[in-house]
Amino acid sequence: MSKSVVIVGASMGGLRTAEALRNAGFTDNIAVIGDESHAPYNRPPLSKEVLAKEVTHEAVAFKQRQQTADVVWKFGSPVVDANLDAKTVTTDDGETFSYDGLVIASGLRPRRLDVPNGNVTGRHTVRSLDDAIGLRAALVPGARVVVAGAGFIGCEVAATARGLGCEVTAVAIDEYPMVRPLGPTFAADLQARHETHGVQFRLRRGIADLEGDGALTGVLLDDGELLPADVLVEAISSHCNTEWLNNTNLDLSNGVLADRALRAVTVDGNSVDGVHVVGDLARFANPLFDDVARRIEHWNIPTETGKRVGPVLNAYLSGEGYDELVAQPFTPMPSFWSDQYDLKIQGFGMPALADEIAIIEGSIGGELVMGYYRGGKLVGVVGIGLTSTLMKLRKELMGDA
Amino acid sequence: MLKIYVDMEKCQHYGQCVFEAPDIFKLNDDDKLEYVATADDSRRTDIESAIDVCPMQAIVLQD
Ligand SMILES: Cc1cc2nc3c(=O)[nH]c(=O)nc-3n(C[C@H](O)[C@H](O)[C@H](O)COP(=O)(O)OP(=O)(O)OC[C@H]3O[C@@H](n4cnc5c(N)ncnc54)[C@H](O)[C@@H]3O)c2cc1C
Ligand code: SF4
Repeated sequence: MSKSVVIVGASMGGLRTAEALRNAGFTDNIAVIGDESHAPYNRPPLSKEVLAKEVTHEAVAFKQRQQTADVVWKFGSPVVDANLDAKTVTTDDGETFSYDGLVIASGLRPRRLDVPNGNVTGRHTVRSLDDAIGLRAALVPGARVVVAGAGFIGCEVAATARGLGCEVTAVAIDEYPMVRPLGPTFAADLQARHETHGVQFRLRRGIADLEGDGALTGVLLDDGELLPADVLVEAISSHCNTEWLNNTNLDLSNGVLADRALRAVTVDGNSVDGVHVVGDLARFANPLFDDVARRIEHWNIPTETGKRVGPVLNAYLSGEGYDELVAQPFTPMPSFWSDQYDLKIQGFGMPALADEIAIIEGSIGGELVMGYYRGGKLVGVVGIGLTSTLMKLRKELMGDA
Repeated sequence: MLKIYVDMEKCQHYGQCVFEAPDIFKLNDDDKLEYVATADDSRRTDIESAIDVCPMQAIVLQD
C-alpha cells in the first residue's frame, strides 16, 4: 500500500526534507501544508539586499527541482491540531490529513513587544515575505526608524534602513549589539562600525511604551527618553510555532526535542518513530560540541536537518535499513553569515558557548577572525573577510584538521 | 552534461560551495570564487548540495 508523508510548514525546512525524501528513493505521497500563501522562499535577503531593492516573491523563491514536481503543496492553510495516535493532522478549515510519516517544519514567528499603547500603526516585524513588503514601503528617505532588538536581524535592518536614507536608532537591553553570539570585543567593534554609518544606539534600555493615537509618533524608553518615530521594527526574539502540537505528548519546552535521528521525543523521553523535526524548531544535541540539546536558528540547519530526515524516514517507511541509519551520529556544523553595509560577517560553530575569546588573525576595525574557546577547545569562529583562514578553522571545528 | 552558472553579482565569495563540490568550485589565492561551467550528469547531487549551502543563492544549474 502506498504511504503518505505530511510535512507541516512550507518553507526551507519543509522543502529540503521533501527533496531529501525523494533523493532517498521515497516515491509515494508527500503533502506539504503551509500557512503562508507563497511557495517556499529564502528569508535572509528579506533583511538585506532584497529589502534594499524590490521585495518580490520571484527575487527570493527557491527553484523547484524535478524530483519534487509531484509533491502536493497546500498553501494558506494553517495546521491547528495533530493526533499522533490516529496519525492525523487537521487544518483550520477542518480538513484532516492522514500520515504514515510526519515532519514538523513550522519554524518560528517574531515575538512582539507587550506595551500598553500597542494599538498603533507603524509596527513591523521581518520574518515573512509579506512582512518585508510592508516594511519596505515604510522605509522612505527621512523616515525615523526605531529598531527594537540589536541581534543580527535587527542590525541588518538598521544597516539597510540607513542605506535607504532613514534615520535609525537601535534599542536593546544588551550591552552591545550582537553581543550574545559574538562576545563584547567583536560586538563593540561592530557597534562602532554601525555608528560610523550613522546608526544611533540606546543600549541597556528597554521599551516601555509607544506614543501615538492611530499612527506611531514615538517610542518611550524605560529611562523616560522619548524617541520620535514613524516606524518601529520589532526584532526582539521569537516564539516557536508549536501550538498545533499542544494535544500531543511531545516535549515542547523549547521548540521540539529531537533525538539524533531527529525523531520527536515525548515528555517521557521516548522517540516517536515516523515523526521528525527539522529547521529552527529542532532541539537536538550535536556531538561536535556536547550532549546538550539546543535549537540552532541558522540558515544551514533546515537543509542539514532535512537531509538527515529524508533517508531515515524513507527507511522507516520502507522497512529497510532503518536501525543502521538511526544509529548514525548527526553532527551538522552550524554556519551563519550576516551582511551589514559592506561587512560580510561569516561564522561557524557555536561561539555563544565560549568562556574565552581571542583574535586569531587581523585586528579590530579591519578584517579579522575571532576564535571562541570553551575549556581551551575551539568551539566557534567568526570573521570579517579572511575567508581562507575561516575555512581552515572550520575544518578544525569539524575535527578533521 | 550539466551547465553551471554562478551569478557573480550575487556571489560574495563565502566559499561554502567549495565544501560540497571541490572539483567544481574553488577559492583562488585572492579568496575569489572560480568554478567550472560544465559537469557530468553524475555530479548533480553534489552540485545541488552546493546550491543548497550557498548563502547568496548565486548558483544556478541549467538543465
Ligand atoms: C529576516 C531574516 C534574516 C535571516 N538571515 C539569516 C542569515 O543571514 N544567516 C543565517 O544563518 N540565518 C538567517 N536567518 C534564519 C533562517 O532564515 C532560518 O533559520 C530559516 O528560515 C528556518 O527555516 P525553517 O524552515 O525551519 O522555518 P521557517 O522558515 O520559519 O518556516 C516555517 C514555515 O511554517 C509555517 N507555519 C508555521 N506554523 C504553521 C502551522 N501551524 N501550519 C502550517 N504552517 C505553519 C510558517 O509560516 C513558515 O512558512 C534569517 C531569518 C530571517 C527571518
Ligand atoms: S557559496 Fe555562493 S556566495 Fe559562496 S562562493 Fe559559492 S557561489 Fe559564491
